[in-house]
Amino acid sequence: MNLDWSDDELAFRQEVREFFAENLTDELRSAGTWMTSVYADHERSLAWQRILHKRGWVAPAWPVEHGGAGWSVAQRYIFARERAAAGAPPVSPMGIAMCGPAIIGHGNDWQKAHFLPRMLSGEHFWCQGYSEPGAGSDLAALQMRAEDDGDALVCTGQKIWNTHADVANWGFFLVRTSRLERLQQGITFLLVDMTTPGVTVRPIVSPAGEHIQNEIFFDQVRVPKANVVGAIDNGWTVAKYLLEFERGGSAYAPDLQVRLDQIEAAARTVAVGDGMLADDAAFVRRLALARIRLAAFETYEFRAMAGPALSGASASVMKVLGTELQQHVTELGLLVAGRYGMAYQPQAGMPGGQVSLPHAHGTFVGPRQAAVAPLRYLNERAGSIYAGSNEIQRNIIAKTLRL
Amino acid sequence: MDFSLSGEQQQLRDSVRGWLKSHHGFEHRRAISRSESGWDAATWTAFADDLGILSLADIAVPHDAVTVMVVMEELGEALITVPFLETVVTGAAVLRAAGGEAAQALSDGIIAGDVRLALAWAEPDTRYGWQPRTTRAVREGNGWRLDGLKSVVVGAPWATHLIVSALTDTGTSLFVVAPDAIGVSLMSYPTIDGRRAADVRFEGVVLSGDALLGEEGAALPVLERVGDISIAAMGAEAVGVMRRMLADTIEYTGQRKQFGQPIASFQVLQHRMVDMFMQIEMATSAVYLATLRLEAEPAERARAASVAKVTIGEACRFVGQNAVQLHGGMGMTDDAAVSHYFKRATVIEGEFGTTDHHVERFISVAG
Amino acid sequence: MDLLIDADDLAFVDEARIFFERDYPRDIIDKARAGIVLTRDDHVRAQQALQARGWLGVGWPAEHGGPGWTPVRRYLFEQELERAGALSIIPMAVIYIGPIVCAFGTPEQQAHWLPDILESRAMWAQGYSEPESGSDLASLAMTATRDGDDFILQGSKIWTSGAHWADWIFCLVRTEKTARKQDGISMICVDMRTPGVEVRPIITMDGSHELNQVRFDAVRVPATNLIGEEGRGWYYANVLLSAERVSYAHVGRKRADLAALAVLGEERLGANNGFRQRLARAGIMLDVVEISVLRVLTGDAEPAAVSGLKIACTQLAQEITALWVELAGRDRSALVDRSAAGWSAQAPAVPGFAVTRTASYLFERAQTIYGGSTEVQKTIVWRHLARGGALGRRA
Ligand SMILES: Cc1cc2nc3c(=O)[nH]c(=O)nc-3n(C[C@H](O)[C@H](O)[C@H](O)COP(=O)(O)OP(=O)(O)OC[C@H]3O[C@@H](n4cnc5c(N)ncnc54)[C@H](O)[C@@H]3O)c2cc1C
Ligand SMILES: Cc1cc2nc3c(=O)[nH]c(=O)nc-3n(C[C@H](O)[C@H](O)[C@H](O)COP(=O)(O)OP(=O)(O)OC[C@H]3O[C@@H](n4cnc5c(N)ncnc54)[C@H](O)[C@@H]3O)c2cc1C
Repeated sequence: MNLDWSDDELAFRQEVREFFAENLTDELRSAGTWMTSVYADHERSLAWQRILHKRGWVAPAWPVEHGGAGWSVAQRYIFARERAAAGAPPVSPMGIAMCGPAIIGHGNDWQKAHFLPRMLSGEHFWCQGYSEPGAGSDLAALQMRAEDDGDALVCTGQKIWNTHADVANWGFFLVRTSRLERLQQGITFLLVDMTTPGVTVRPIVSPAGEHIQNEIFFDQVRVPKANVVGAIDNGWTVAKYLLEFERGGSAYAPDLQVRLDQIEAAARTVAVGDGMLADDAAFVRRLALARIRLAAFETYEFRAMAGPALSGASASVMKVLGTELQQHVTELGLLVAGRYGMAYQPQAGMPGGQVSLPHAHGTFVGPRQAAVAPLRYLNERAGSIYAGSNEIQRNIIAKTLRL
Repeated sequence: MDFSLSGEQQQLRDSVRGWLKSHHGFEHRRAISRSESGWDAATWTAFADDLGILSLADIAVPHDAVTVMVVMEELGEALITVPFLETVVTGAAVLRAAGGEAAQALSDGIIAGDVRLALAWAEPDTRYGWQPRTTRAVREGNGWRLDGLKSVVVGAPWATHLIVSALTDTGTSLFVVAPDAIGVSLMSYPTIDGRRAADVRFEGVVLSGDALLGEEGAALPVLERVGDISIAAMGAEAVGVMRRMLADTIEYTGQRKQFGQPIASFQVLQHRMVDMFMQIEMATSAVYLATLRLEAEPAERARAASVAKVTIGEACRFVGQNAVQLHGGMGMTDDAAVSHYFKRATVIEGEFGTTDHHVERFISVAG
Repeated sequence: MDLLIDADDLAFVDEARIFFERDYPRDIIDKARAGIVLTRDDHVRAQQALQARGWLGVGWPAEHGGPGWTPVRRYLFEQELERAGALSIIPMAVIYIGPIVCAFGTPEQQAHWLPDILESRAMWAQGYSEPESGSDLASLAMTATRDGDDFILQGSKIWTSGAHWADWIFCLVRTEKTARKQDGISMICVDMRTPGVEVRPIITMDGSHELNQVRFDAVRVPATNLIGEEGRGWYYANVLLSAERVSYAHVGRKRADLAALAVLGEERLGANNGFRQRLARAGIMLDVVEISVLRVLTGDAEPAAVSGLKIACTQLAQEITALWVELAGRDRSALVDRSAAGWSAQAPAVPGFAVTRTASYLFERAQTIYGGSTEVQKTIVWRHLARGGALGRRA
């Protein structure tokens, strides 16, 4: 047992650092550094994806044969940490981290050959269409109909909360093809070209004023059966496989370490009385406690990635602890911001979507960190709601505790 | 020992509540906060003319803390945007401490609905301390010359008069400054709770001698007291904000069905709402304490206010976060009232001192 | 609205303060302070001292020998008692069954039991919980079967505090199997010396003997020991509880603890910020709890808030014990027998508080279990909220 990186891994880290140093422009760095949520600015994130693509580094977890980097978990971890430290924007997860693995695991040869390269290059930009107004936590209750019509499925219904559906040209959807005894049966996993006639996307505005989520309405949308992943009526299997990726597929700690460093650095510039906030005893304690929580959590992530599954629910454990830590870190950010955290200044950040609430244009007041802090705080509340709410995750974990 | 309201206070509460219910619904609030100026003239006028609550700013009579508390709770529940706290509570408290003709004239102006105040106290480097660091007023002839920068002056874009704290030769002093005076510049912006604030810069602003409010150099204890008065009132507002969030959450979870049943049938959610409720009850008690101790000697007053601010701050966070959480995705939208209340709660948590700040203050005054 | 205390009440506070200084057995206060385990006789003497002043039957009507205090005055009395470090009144007889007998007992029962309680000639135990009926108390199974002028009791009570000191026990028993479980429950008082009553000790994790299991094997009890009517026991057990709903607050004791913690904390830890902050937070919470208690006493709080307050009070009590343990540091590990003076010689290098307060830390975990556990309490509060209780407001 040891916690050290091997020589090879250290060499890899060096390679990654050099790559970032050479390729990351200031503009891209800014897009990663001043994000106001987990979603990066679409254009810049895509631009960075193209740069990664040239190097073959878009999809760390995919096998090389499909165009992935084929990295070990340790390498992926190192890459994530270096990415966060360098301030590069993350690649949007819906394609690479979610739909991609589903196609690799359950798609046919044509689907792999057609979709995977386009996903990697960014030609196809994906959104996820699972939730419906009546099917949130109870996802299996989803209603959107897909009727069999020769070589196509004809879809009618509504999806909701779809991140980046406004900029996506493809989406993966769960639709109901049959009414069977169990709700989980009769669901089909379907890839839909968002430009197909009958698809309408309407914006949802977040409390931070950002338009990132959407509603999608389907009115008699014809989708070729060739776009069904896995078998018709068997989509739940694919979805469950993919959910595992959504919940535990990526590590939280790398970003959090960097965020805490940034918070500490910001606290060094904030005056309190005759000293600095970074030396204020109460603040020092709060920061230390956060670092302690994170150290334990990071070790849990190492254990999860190094070994055989820790428990049936380790992905859920990571989702709960990871998002709650993430939320806590945004609370610390708000604390550092102080009264400047009251100001609404999205123009100081790099939001993941259009901002529609009124706001001052151009310049901003106070430190930039303080301007993004409240937005991060507000947006991060979603962490315990999406991808299976933390209450639902705890229900899942509870089931595994019972002998 | 008595926690009951007088008949008059109950009547006032009912009429304020009734008016807000019929004139200040969520859609009105949202439209106002999205407008260019964010200024809700109709509500302010009604406060002056129909409800008469601006008369609580009358400095000819002592501060009526309990009535202010009653009104603020209603204003919180309706999530008003207008600067009642800034003008009628904080601003008037400064005027009351200063006394004199100029202060009385401003007080009369508030009551008539013509004057709105904003207290420019904080600076980029002062965090929550009342003492200015860089804003200075020096005597010039019979008057003063003012220079400095004030940060996040809530309500400044709507204010007819700014009250500015500044260092003078003898200590900290307060001045009345017109926002449109030469040398005053406002950089205005919305706050996250849909109100308006500004950073205000003073460059060689020439003030007449009577701009000085109260005694020169004696403003620090005044500001401490004004802060405590403001904390008590803002705490009452917070209680209203939180009661509404809880009510909305109880209602939403009672009607939202998942897994074939209202989500309020899950015990974890029930107990979470109970935890929210208990935090609100504790916050209510804390507001009573701060309110009823405003006239006590300074250390006891400060202790009560810090108790209130810590209790309210923690309650705002817990109740707000969980109200959003229990609304699921719906809680994360601009369409849901709860997200707007949550943002106000978040602002309240950080105004006039964070939890850490007031725990330290409690330690220093409680010994 | 104000926080002012009446001149009369202020005068009473002075009177009480002088009483505890002058007329209350000093040796008992000292013994309690020294952390020596108290005996039954200590409690008897302490309660007799209160009764000498007419101050024991705190919740009782004046005609039965109570002091006839307002809720606020009673609160002030408890504050003074705790401030002085005097012993809390053991609740089973004085606080729990006494008022029930006053309200629902026959004149004979009142004449038989009440004077013995006030004079501390008799101690009582409360026999409610059973091995299979804790939170779900209404499911209790111990039976009382009518046999001529008697009832025959069969079954078992558990967690019975002070049963080993008790002369009497008041029990909830099942006299009938009814559709609604609560309707078949009766309240009956049993002389502990009756044949068939057997008391077995339960040692709690702090090493003390306070709890017991009490078994009833064909115990014959005269029907005249039944309180009120058959089938109404549940009602009697609950109806007067509302008057006692803040008796667990112990604000005075908490304040004394926090003051002691501040002094000792400074001594042992210096200006340790973490400890100071935690202590301050407890102080803040106590200020708020106190106002909440006063609101309940003066009728300002909603029913939901009253139930919720038990949670806040007990949570704070536990936090204070945790602060003591934090202060004890490594010294928390010593476990010694404290039945006699001079016990500290068993671990000479360990400060006394570390021993006694660690024991409290362990024992006080019970506060969130008994008297309606925190979880059960939350469910009760929820029922109020679901009926719209959160929005109702003081008049
Ligand atoms: C920012 C954001 C981005 C999103 N992006 C996408 C996307 O790209 N694609 C997509 O398909 N969806 C997306 N979602 C939707 C997300 O998956 C759902 O919001 C989530 O599944 C919760 O469903 P709901 O919102 O309907 O809440 P509900 O299911 O109504 O839940 C409301 C509350 O009840 C609780 N609850 C529900 N059931 C139980 C139970 N059995 N026990 C205890 N508590 C329970 C929940 O935890 C929650 O607190 C996104 C959501 C957000 C907020
Ligand atoms: C120190 C001490 C002194 C006591 N003195 C007396 C006494 O003198 N006389 C007397 O009659 N009794 C006495 N009791 C007993 C006390 O009243 C019971 O312990 C209490 O009612 C809980 O019952 P239980 O121990 O059977 O726990 P259980 O009821 O088995 O509860 C176990 C756990 O489950 C939780 N739980 C139970 N039901 C629910 C639910 N519906 N929803 C969520 N959570 C739930 C509880 O909160 C608890 O955490 C005493 C107990 C203690 C610890």
